[in-house]
Amino acid sequence: MSQSFLQRHAARVIPWLVPAALLLAWQVASSLGWLNHRVLPAPSEVLAAAWRLTVSGELFTHLYSSFWRAASGFAIGAGLGLLLGLIAGLSRLGEAVFDTTLQMLRNIPPLAILPLVILWFGIDETAKVFLVAFGTLFPVYLNTYHGIRSLDPALLEMARSYGVTGQALFRQVVLPGALPSILVGVRYALGIAWIILIVAETLAASSGIGYLAANAREFLQTEIVVLSILLYALLGKAVDVAARLLERRWLQWHPSYLKA
Amino acid sequence: MKRENFTLAGAIHLQGLQRRFGTRTVLDGLNLDIAQGEFVAIVGRSGCGKSTLLRLLAGLDAPDGGRLQQPAGQTVRVMFQDARLLPWKTVLDNVALGLAGADARQRARDALAEVGLADRAGEWPVRLSGGQRQRVALARALVHQPQLLLLDEPLGALDALTRLEMQALIERLWLAHAPTTVLVTHDVSEAVALADRVVLVEEGRVALDVRIDLPRPRQHGDTRFVAFEQHILQRVLQGPAYTGQLPAEPVQPYRFNQLNWAL
Repeated sequence: MSQSFLQRHAARVIPWLVPAALLLAWQVASSLGWLNHRVLPAPSEVLAAAWRLTVSGELFTHLYSSFWRAASGFAIGAGLGLLLGLIAGLSRLGEAVFDTTLQMLRNIPPLAILPLVILWFGIDETAKVFLVAFGTLFPVYLNTYHGIRSLDPALLEMARSYGVTGQALFRQVVLPGALPSILVGVRYALGIAWIILIVAETLAASSGIGYLAANAREFLQTEIVVLSILLYALLGKAVDVAARLLERRWLQWHPSYLKA
Repeated sequence: MKRENFTLAGAIHLQGLQRRFGTRTVLDGLNLDIAQGEFVAIVGRSGCGKSTLLRLLAGLDAPDGGRLQQPAGQTVRVMFQDARLLPWKTVLDNVALGLAGADARQRARDALAEVGLADRAGEWPVRLSGGQRQRVALARALVHQPQLLLLDEPLGALDALTRLEMQALIERLWLAHAPTTVLVTHDVSEAVALADRVVLVEEGRVALDVRIDLPRPRQHGDTRFVAFEQHILQRVLQGPAYTGQLPAEPVQPYRFNQLNWAL
């Protein structure tokens, strides 16, 4: 009885043993004064800082700023990428007009244009949203375009010979067929959005998690710096989980998502 | 070349049909008439042009010369060798593809029941076996009640047992719905089992046109069946040099072979 209970739960517990031990060692080392607070604050201090900022409401102000920038930048960039990808994927003319330009622009690292963007927009919201949009447009564009162009021509021929054409063909065959590839682009773009946002907020911002971290560094508040890093990790993870749920729902039919 | 309207009920006339790919002539003046409701099997070696002929009949490809007369406005449906089911639609929605009207799903459900897969309606196509996928593809073709049904080596990828089951199913549904049917196959036995006529295409022309007058359902071991099969097969293998004749139908009070078979 007890053995099967152990066996059942061991698989779930074992992966957490190492992080738990590290956390404990970290706390002990800090409490005993082996770890300088300036290098790494104790986990309890980080927790206390989180509580303090939650109570004062600062935490949510900054979280909201960051989330809003990421969301609006992503919506603009991914939306534009999807639209251009559909145009280039569906029409030879669209491909001729857009593809070369986008392939050239995509080689510019988004953060390389940061100085220029600051010159254009200053350090206000527009700059960050623009950077995130710029970074997320290309992965979504490329994967949408590629997803449509690599559709199985045999399926398209079959659908047409069964009288499915025009809008119905797009809705029933082209879009669902390209969706796995589009969602790969979306997940990749989400990762990029966070990276760009972290850098942009750390360098030039007056709110947001990056600003929280940069500001805390000025005052040697290492516990808030660590808290900011954890917040980024949590937000990134939350968005990734959301994207995965979306995939699981929309790609139920796909062999990789079929329940056994 | 234009597709011409034809007023004589339901028949298909191909005259001097030509199709070239680059410098290669695949169909070279092919003549063939197919009566309404007839089941014609087209056999031949790979690359003889039989699949090209089917694609021309389906309107998936256009001839370079000759005449192709089909009834105007007829519904043509193709069943492909690979089932070509849309993986992101359920079995039922695959059958309902291209159907319009409020009763579309009910009609699709009925068609699925006809091929014995009513209980798999909500399943994703990847979950089905090769034989089941072809049954779904057959239901999807028949639900449109086509006047012309084109089968492009639909059983080529199936194992021997499933093939026989599918042959019986195709025959049963053909008898029930009576569409003009053209089956392309490289299996002579399958052609003799199913078709009213077996047409051998060789170097882009009709080289042999045999009427199979066996009663249905046909027995693969029947002497007449074997005679037909051998006659066509030898002609395929030996080419124009073959001079064998089909033996005349033996006069028999009853069929020895079926008796033997039962024992």
